[in-house]
Amino acid sequence: MNHKLTYKPYNEKSILVEWPKVIDEAILNDILQFKAKIEASEGFKIMSLTHAYQSLLIHFKKEIDDFDAIINQLKDIYSSKAEVIQLRQKLWKIPVCYDSSFGIDLEFISKEKNISIEEIIERHSKAIYKVYFIGFLPGFLYLGGLDDMLATARKATPRQQIDKGSVAIGGNQTGVYPSDSPGGWNIIGKTPINFFNVNKSEPCFAKAGDCIQFYQISKEEFNDINTLVAHDVYLIESEVINA
Amino acid sequence: MLKVLHAGFYTSVQDFGRNNHQYIGVPFSGAMDKKAATFANAILGNNPNEAVLEMTMLGAKVQFNQPTVVAISGADMDTKINNTKILRYKAIVVNSGDVLSFGKLKQGFRAYLAVLGGFKTPTVLGSKSMYATITENQIIKKGDALSYNTIPSNYRPSFASIKFNDDYLKSSTIEVFKGAEFDLLSKEQQEQLLSQPFTISKDNNRMAYQLAETLENTLEPIITSAVLPGTVQLTPSGKLIVLMRDCQTTGGYPRVLQLTEEALNILAQKFTGASVSFKLKAKKKK
Repeated sequence: MNHKLTYKPYNEKSILVEWPKVIDEAILNDILQFKAKIEASEGFKIMSLTHAYQSLLIHFKKEIDDFDAIINQLKDIYSSKAEVIQLRQKLWKIPVCYDSSFGIDLEFISKEKNISIEEIIERHSKAIYKVYFIGFLPGFLYLGGLDDMLATARKATPRQQIDKGSVAIGGNQTGVYPSDSPGGWNIIGKTPINFFNVNKSEPCFAKAGDCIQFYQISKEEFNDINTLVAHDVYLIESEVINA
Repeated sequence: MLKVLHAGFYTSVQDFGRNNHQYIGVPFSGAMDKKAATFANAILGNNPNEAVLEMTMLGAKVQFNQPTVVAISGADMDTKINNTKILRYKAIVVNSGDVLSFGKLKQGFRAYLAVLGGFKTPTVLGSKSMYATITENQIIKKGDALSYNTIPSNYRPSFASIKFNDDYLKSSTIEVFKGAEFDLLSKEQQEQLLSQPFTISKDNNRMAYQLAETLENTLEPIITSAVLPGTVQLTPSGKLIVLMRDCQTTGGYPRVLQLTEEALNILAQKFTGASVSFKLKAKKKK
């Protein structure tokens, strides 16, 4: 809680708080702490708190009459010596089938980077990715931690449709398409896991601050897990990482 | 049930949308012109956020199979019940078998149909607003049936006569706040943005309105950050994009302006070819 933050009115009901312009886990943790402190503080009627890499949008229920007064209150909350709130963070293990029938751009990346497909899979599934925030599409996780070797530019012309569950690389990011959607990322595999299910009280199992690790499965295992997921009986492997 | 005989161009069920699921990437959604939706509900004594039908450009043709009371607001689409012209902004009793049809667009772009008690379509994540991947259907189709409450047998209409000023439908002034990256623009760019008129391009829908004129852009993309309905983004090619109710929750283009809530309603009633100008909203006096 020692960053120099800027506070800007965003519209009638919201204030944008910005951290230094870098993507960094320490900043993410600072944002999550501030968010938790705001949620715990009384007196604010908040509709939603949306954060990204280095920003937090605070959306109030009512129009703000006096921005300066609210911003001063927020500054006090940020700098308050309140006890650090212990946020429970999890590591989720996500099965991915990197079969060439799913990973339609594996060969392209392999040629582009001059590394074998096996090495792409190994590097992609070895890393532990940090969930910075969820945006773009419902249930789309912005993950940090892609191996530099795998960074691949987005396609110049996006595909009209990318299947739900597709695991992809775009620039220095990797991610999973939570629903069928157009997209310009390079597809390297597919997961049977549902990243967004409106029938659950928490539609997305992961939250900002959690970690994700991918592991390789065969096409048979993909089909088995797919069936379990379809019947809503598949339990995603996970462990608490900061207990 | 309300039976859909013709769906119109783009018709969907909308209320005030989803306001607290942005942390998992869920768009706000909700009626494009919240003022009109609120008013249609108010005429009937409904809660302001009851689900209404939002019709775009070309309205629907629907048949009621239970009696109810309806109200129409927003765009003027030459509305008729069984071929008899009806007025907007009035509570109108409809009987079983009555057919309500919307005709030629005369003013505005989006019309709203409210029924007594609101449409009883499924609520997902706290809202009935239709959105692909969240609700089962994204739009209303021919043959759909929407349920609503039957009018109580002892029902006696007692509607307050409310004066509704719809001058905003004619307005072309879009009031804005400075966007988060407004100050990064040069003085010339800022002046251009706030003085010249802009034309709405054919790329306009519930997610965003693209403007035809470009602004010379020298700004770098930003680190992906939050956006809201009404955020005006400046793309690398200089295109201006005004995000609307179904927009994504985050974006990476500089945010040069932010529309007021009222301006969003005004813009929602405009379409291809319409000219608008941005005007900075005066700061509130303390």
